[in-house]
Amino acid sequence: MTLFNLHKNTFKHGIHPPESKDETSGMPIRQFPFAPVIILPMAQHIGAPSEIVVREGQEVQRGQLLAKANGYVSVPMHAPISGKVRKIANVPTISGKMSLGIYLEAFPFSTQEVLEGTPIDPDTATSEEILQGIQDAGIVGLGGAAFPTHVKLKIPEGKTCETLIINGVECEPYLTTDHRVMLEQESDIFTGIKYLLKATGAKKAIIGIEANKQDAADHLSKHIPKELPVSVQVLPVKYPQGAEKMLITSILGKEIPSGKLPIEAGAVVVNVATTAEIGRLLPHGRGIQERVITITGPGVKKKGNYLIPVGTPLRYVLEQVGVDEDISEVYMGGPMMGMAVSNLDISIVKGTSGILVFTKKDVNRSTTIYPCIKCGACVDACPIMLNPSKLGILAKFEAYDEMASDFNLMDCFECGSCTYVCPSHIPLVQYFRSAKRIVRKREADKKEKAHA
Amino acid sequence: MLRKTLNISTSPHITKGRGTNEIMKNVVWALLPVVGFSIYSFGLNSLLVIATATFASVLTEHVLCKLSKKQTTVGDYSAVITGLLLGLTLPPSFPLWMAFIGGIIGIALGKYIFGGLGYNVFNPALVARAVLQAAFPVAITTWHPAFLTDRFSSIASSVFTLPFMEPEFDVISGATPLAAFKFDGVTTSTAELAFGQISGSAGETSAVIIIIGGLYLIARNMMNWRIPVAVLLSAFVLSGALYLINSEVYPSPWFMLFSGGLMLGAVFMATDMVSSPITPIGLWVYGAIIGILTIVIRVWGGLSEGVMYSILLANAISPHIDSVIKNRVYGTKRKIKAA
Ligand code: SF4
Ligand code: SF4
Repeated sequence: MTLFNLHKNTFKHGIHPPESKDETSGMPIRQFPFAPVIILPMAQHIGAPSEIVVREGQEVQRGQLLAKANGYVSVPMHAPISGKVRKIANVPTISGKMSLGIYLEAFPFSTQEVLEGTPIDPDTATSEEILQGIQDAGIVGLGGAAFPTHVKLKIPEGKTCETLIINGVECEPYLTTDHRVMLEQESDIFTGIKYLLKATGAKKAIIGIEANKQDAADHLSKHIPKELPVSVQVLPVKYPQGAEKMLITSILGKEIPSGKLPIEAGAVVVNVATTAEIGRLLPHGRGIQERVITITGPGVKKKGNYLIPVGTPLRYVLEQVGVDEDISEVYMGGPMMGMAVSNLDISIVKGTSGILVFTKKDVNRSTTIYPCIKCGACVDACPIMLNPSKLGILAKFEAYDEMASDFNLMDCFECGSCTYVCPSHIPLVQYFRSAKRIVRKREADKKEKAHA
Repeated sequence: MLRKTLNISTSPHITKGRGTNEIMKNVVWALLPVVGFSIYSFGLNSLLVIATATFASVLTEHVLCKLSKKQTTVGDYSAVITGLLLGLTLPPSFPLWMAFIGGIIGIALGKYIFGGLGYNVFNPALVARAVLQAAFPVAITTWHPAFLTDRFSSIASSVFTLPFMEPEFDVISGATPLAAFKFDGVTTSTAELAFGQISGSAGETSAVIIIIGGLYLIARNMMNWRIPVAVLLSAFVLSGALYLINSEVYPSPWFMLFSGGLMLGAVFMATDMVSSPITPIGLWVYGAIIGILTIVIRVWGGLSEGVMYSILLANAISPHIDSVIKNRVYGTKRKIKAA
């Protein structure tokens, strides 16, 4: 088998949902108007929420520090616009939980000039200084995970990073932000790579791009600076190739051992838009204020790729682009792993890669769930090689411990491929999400008991 | 201002949109040419037997759903498949009342008592066939020759046997090629077998049409190709080896492949998704068991045909195959777990 796997250039299994990217992939990134009021939740990354350092009534300049990192796994927050802190209060977030946040009222006639900080020189700075700079810039994974980037880049004691992988896969249907970033921000990307190589000690960088973005691959290949050890690798189109594990397998042909991090394969993976952001901000010592977001879906009138200030209210965004009368569902992120929005009063956050609007007739989910007919479609789709059919049956019997111990439940990363293909419309990944939560809880309880 | 209540749902928000009933419907379509050829070669007899078995299956499904106050599941087409498959395994001159009972048994005993579609351990059509075999051993082994000139105008008298009466068979009943071989040492040419110029049960006769139906389903990704390939390959290899050892005693592997119910069983019955394993290696093992067992029964067993029992046996161990043979999970070493 290995003989045939050697040059496959991709991972096993996976699915081919319709790409639906044509409508926005050709549209250049455009600046989005500033909302009159911006609402900035402090919990918008994985880890501890940022700690507010401004007070109500204070006037702030764009790029000024509003909140500092609260510990190592946390990042600071900067003012996305120049304006006045109107209120500090609890604000809604997509998960339904409230988070402390800042209401920032824009100065109507401000030039919106961005504050400069202390620049970090990639040639002289140490690895530690770069990591600190990345944390100070408030950078988190822009691909959707919103995990603080400096934590991910920290190579553990005793490990070495051979390869820096830049993730330009963008395998989620509809999304074209990374595609546009690669076409328009090549110099930021290469500057970012320079910082990242230094920070990780990696000897080379590989940019992974799916074949449906050949133009981006060609564009980047053409502009690789001579002194940088960077190459571009074009991969066949397949979901979920953008997942770290899958991408490493596609590019390096290695698997990450269950429960371990990419560094086990000598690699660190960074999203391409995150890389561009590092390359843009660190030379000026600035903090992140805005990000590129694809706004699309059948229910949107002015589809496109927009540069939108973090904290812009979703309601404002949708009013600006115009939506259909009968919108029914709105998602943040892609259609495979994105979250449905229940409340239009939430804001754009650093991890928002796309906004998708579906009208009633676009929601094709079936309401009747048939029994599992053991057709095996889910087994053939699962990139982790699990048996979702069996896991689904066990979930019905609430046999969560057996799911984890005998059927590797905890290796499921909730990509949704199994649910996508299931002809019986069984919401498999939904079962697995709650099963994982229960197993984690039980394990935590067990530990607590052992301590007591 | 935008005022809207939104639906919320969990990801993924898009699906492939191909339903279970669509897969089943396509299986029915793939079976129709087989049914058509059967009617063409055996005439009205065959039409009546297949129609009765199918009607009985669908009716039973509907009535059982109503009795348990559930919405009827006739629309998932699986009862139609059971009925058609059962009809195709019966001799064309089979008494209709027996075929009707077969249809009831397939759904009630083969599927319903296990909890309905998805929970059945055995292929329902084969459960019905096995019960009929035990209950009516004479009727089910009395074969009817194909291509009789009056096949579209007359009906064998045995077909209309009154319920619970023993049928009387017409004198011209023919022997199947397998029985002819087993009990009289006569072989039939492969070409005759492949194109159905023989007597047999309604659907056992045209290998070519069965293969075309199978290829259609495989091309549409609605059938796992590994099963028929594993069944046929293992049957071919084993019978080929025997033939090489002694071609006087053992028939050629081609004869084995194209005779009897092996083709129909390999393509349409062993492939029943519910009662077969789920991982690729498991499917190979399952298919090989069926192929090998079929040849063993044919050559050394007391029956002339062994496909049905081979598949039923493989169905029974299929859950165990699944619990022993698992895919190697990404990032782990292969685990072999004793069942
Ligand atoms: S895809 Fe659905 S019906 Fe098919 S085996 Fe998996 S869970 Fe069962
Ligand atoms: S959601 Fe989990 S079980 Fe389903 S395909 Fe993805 S990894 Fe496999």
